Amino acid sequence: MYGNAYVENTGNINSLTAGEDPVKLAEFEARIAAGEKIEPQDWMPKEYRRQLIRMIEQHAHSEIIGSLPEGTWITRAPGFRRKLALMAKVQDEVGHAQLLYSACETLGKSREDMINDLINGKSKYSNIFNYPAETWADSAVIAWLVDAGAIINQLTNSKGSYGPYCRALDRICAEESFHLKYGHDNVVFLATGTPKQRQMVQEALHRWWPPLMHFFGPSDKISQHTETLMKWKVKMASNDDMRQQFLDMYVPKIWDLGLTVPDPNLKKNETTGKWEYTEPDWEEFKRVINGDGPCNKERLAVRRMAEEKGRWVRNAILKKDAQYVAPLA
Amino acid sequence: MIIKSLDPRITRAGIDDESKDGIQQPMDQWHTYEVFQQKKRGTHHVHVGSLHAPDAELAVLFAKEQYARRGQCVNLWVVKTSDVFATEYEDEDIFTTTPEKKYREPEVYKVMDRIQAFKAKQNS
Repeated sequence: MYGNAYVENTGNINSLTAGEDPVKLAEFEARIAAGEKIEPQDWMPKEYRRQLIRMIEQHAHSEIIGSLPEGTWITRAPGFRRKLALMAKVQDEVGHAQLLYSACETLGKSREDMINDLINGKSKYSNIFNYPAETWADSAVIAWLVDAGAIINQLTNSKGSYGPYCRALDRICAEESFHLKYGHDNVVFLATGTPKQRQMVQEALHRWWPPLMHFFGPSDKISQHTETLMKWKVKMASNDDMRQQFLDMYVPKIWDLGLTVPDPNLKKNETTGKWEYTEPDWEEFKRVINGDGPCNKERLAVRRMAEEKGRWVRNAILKKDAQYVAPLA
Repeated sequence: MIIKSLDPRITRAGIDDESKDGIQQPMDQWHTYEVFQQKKRGTHHVHVGSLHAPDAELAVLFAKEQYARRGQCVNLWVVKTSDVFATEYEDEDIFTTTPEKKYREPEVYKVMDRIQAFKAKQNS
């Protein structure tokens, strides 16, 4: 589960291609333009490597942190079938993190470094997981709509240029379709249930709507950097385009259940074919992503505890002569 | 401060939000294996990705959990990444058939014209 929130952090670099060998760069760009994938052992621009490491790493962290707000409902799931399904979903998400960490390692960053950057707060993860799942209905809304957003993002990125990331995403997307159906089933059950159940799911939807609108990130600044990242097929669609796709696919399904979202301005402009909405509060987004959200501290503290408590097991079965080599592909 | 969560289990765990626990040392996450999956009998094992494990037996167990979650698998292999010896992408051209090696391609062998000519000559 991942949103497209942070691709645009290029800092003070003047050009993404500064100092690169022009001949190698031209070959690299020609390969991508021809629709070929880049493999780990290929020459690649430093900025291509750096942007991909950040993107795949954030995606991996999002899977592992994203399993926390849902995992919290496993012990309190209503009924055995839902408990089993939620356990399977949470296991899937943790598995996705494993696949993505491995894909990222092929670019030269070790898994230990990635985990350290996560728990030290240096690496980000999808901002939506800094909000709490207050009721069972929240877990239903997450499984349906957050996973729906993630599928849009992941299907888009799976057409990118970096081989190991695309292959991991293909496997991940195949599993996400169960999450979406499971989440929809839970939401429909509540929405067609007793007045109390309907109220629960309606309230959960109102809580999750603002973070869902933040999910794909702010409108992209039109810049040379964005153009280069699009040409390199690191970034495959603008944040606004993915948000439009999400609204187009899911708002009708929400309205179909007689549920509302907390935005009186939300409507599809039939002339342009685009959805119109109240601009999300990007100040809140920035504040939460920089650490000041309702669950930021809890998420990282729980991750630290898990790493610490598992350490003796990992060390007990580590062979003394083992040596790390970056994975091949 | 001790983390207070909506999840009573997390509150009970008494985790300090100032904790510096969990920092990783090199090899904390073990070394890597490459995973090969056979989807059905009669097909090839195909490389599907890599994983971290302390030994081959656990690598097979983790491969099942990470790469064979929804059926579509009858057999798995794991190989230590450091045991794989591979060619370089830079040398990709060693695999292309050079034009002067056309004698190895089936379509350069065209005999029908000759046979027809031979038959015509016989019948004349």
